[in-house]
Amino acid sequence: MTRVQRLITCSEAVSKLWDYLDHAVTPRDQERVEAHLSFCRTCCGELEFAKELRTFLGSASAEEIPSDVRTRLEGFLEEL
Amino acid sequence: MSRLVNRESTKDAFLRLVGPELPGLYGLARRLIRDGADDLVQEALLQAYRGFGSLRDEGAAGRWLKAILVNVFRDELRKRSRAVVELPFEEIEDFSLYRTLIEEDPLPYSDTLHHDFLGAFGVEDVREVLLRLPQIYRTPLVLAYIDGFSTKEIARMLDVPLGTILARLHRGRKRFEREMWLYAEETRLLAGGDDR
Repeated sequence: MTRVQRLITCSEAVSKLWDYLDHAVTPRDQERVEAHLSFCRTCCGELEFAKELRTFLGSASAEEIPSDVRTRLEGFLEEL
Repeated sequence: MSRLVNRESTKDAFLRLVGPELPGLYGLARRLIRDGADDLVQEALLQAYRGFGSLRDEGAAGRWLKAILVNVFRDELRKRSRAVVELPFEEIEDFSLYRTLIEEDPLPYSDTLHHDFLGAFGVEDVREVLLRLPQIYRTPLVLAYIDGFSTKEIARMLDVPLGTILARLHRGRKRFEREMWLYAEETRLLAGGDDR
């Protein structure tokens, strides 16, 4: 006998999208989100945007250090 | 004499390991606090030198140093004895940056609206948006999505239950999305260089 799955609303689906991408939802919620995404174009757009935003955040790290700060920190390290 | 040589070689090894990690450490410190990032890095370096013997894998030096920096940051917050207050969720639960962009259409000539919206943000803009978030949301967000720590690692570093971290990440993401939109409006980020 197949289990009848409760369809979730857009609001519920959107609230779980990042957790879904993080693999932090329960198997049942994963099924529900995927069932919702299978017919909701708007939420598919939300999902793609969430992916892009995650990638964007991951690349938003300034890995530079001003020369005066580097000089000060290197001076501190020398004195250890 | 041999002890001196040994101390020197330990120090040399530490300097060799730490040097390339300074930009990453400083970058993380600047995402966590608005002012005093270099002091935070300096204290982390001191703690790291004292605990250098505990580092088993040199390849993990960057993450080891960042974890120490987060510990120092956490201890500083505790010293200031600021009680962590979970903020009310307000109306943010229903906010969607994706839908807001479609509804407000701030770039009417764009065929790739969402992509172009994100593209308008420079690294310093993102930092400013992050710094506008309450610390309890900013810290896990930075550690998870910029510095790549797992939620379990973050829970351990911040000494709070995993469920709390997951809840703060959820709320932090919503607040971050809303703050991006407010920041873009407030600074006229999408209006182009002449109007800013």
